[in-house]
Amino acid sequence: MIIAFTLVLLFAASDLPFRGDPDNQMNQEVSMTGTEVAGNYYIQEAYHDAHTPNIVTVILGDYRSVDTLGEQIVIFTAGLITFLLLRNRKEGEEDDE
Amino acid sequence: MYWELELILFIFLLITAYIALEAEDLLISAVMLTVFSFITALLFTTMGAVDVGFTEAVVGAGVTGILLVVAIYQTTYKTED
Amino acid sequence: MTNKSSSPIVLYGTRFLSPYIMLFGFYVIFHGHYSPGGGFQGGTLLAVSLLLIRIASGTDLAQLQFKEYLTTPLAALGVVIYFGTGLTALIMGGYFLDYEELPIPGLEPAYLRYWGILIIELGIGLTVMTVLTLIYDNMVKGEDYA
Repeated sequence: MIIAFTLVLLFAASDLPFRGDPDNQMNQEVSMTGTEVAGNYYIQEAYHDAHTPNIVTVILGDYRSVDTLGEQIVIFTAGLITFLLLRNRKEGEEDDE
Repeated sequence: MYWELELILFIFLLITAYIALEAEDLLISAVMLTVFSFITALLFTTMGAVDVGFTEAVVGAGVTGILLVVAIYQTTYKTED
Repeated sequence: MTNKSSSPIVLYGTRFLSPYIMLFGFYVIFHGHYSPGGGFQGGTLLAVSLLLIRIASGTDLAQLQFKEYLTTPLAALGVVIYFGTGLTALIMGGYFLDYEELPIPGLEPAYLRYWGILIIELGIGLTVMTVLTLIYDNMVKGEDYA
């Protein structure tokens, strides 16, 4: 079972394009449907828009800032859930004793 | 470009994953998962994704190891299976 | 865990190491515009420097460094900083999280975006640091290591 699954995965991986290939579809300026991809604007205009050399910071903090807000709220909610769950469990055990 | 380095890192990745699965003591599994995260961070850095590699090194190899060790101290050391 | 005789080498080693990890965390947050890094990574490094003291010297001694009841309000404060920045830009006439409309005088729009990104990354770092410390404090509650 595991060997068969490994063979299927290796067969699928043998068709993948090489990483960093400039002819790759992922690295083209025009997508498959003929429209221009959004990465062109980010790479060309990021420094002009925010005077920040790190493009990743500009994309995460400015162009996709609502997504980062969602990540932060997810982390905050996870902290609150551990607060509620573990705090209640400890008090319940003390009541049982 | 750096395929020799990547081959060595992938071999160590498989070794650490296998040890983390098969170890009797759960503390060994936790430490091996930390090493797994660190090797993954090195692989990300080799592939050119420095931000992702940095996040993986800090979160996976730092905080997750601490939380796993604390969880093991709270419960038990031994595996059931 | 149960034995209270912790090694002084571990105690002084972590005491020596923790401020440098914290300094590197601040560097990662404030230098995230020029090098890899940002709010999440820097906040996690700050949390690691707090957790190192908490593991090595025990929870009671670590309360002197960072109080436990401060974690949840500071995490909420981080979310409020991020959301308030976006809401301020919305009130001042722009879109939500459009930093060009922030009411900071004497700056051109590109530098307003620069400072806006820095403010929200401070909020992210504050939330991540306090939430990770909160999770650790809740997991070890009732038992004291070291």
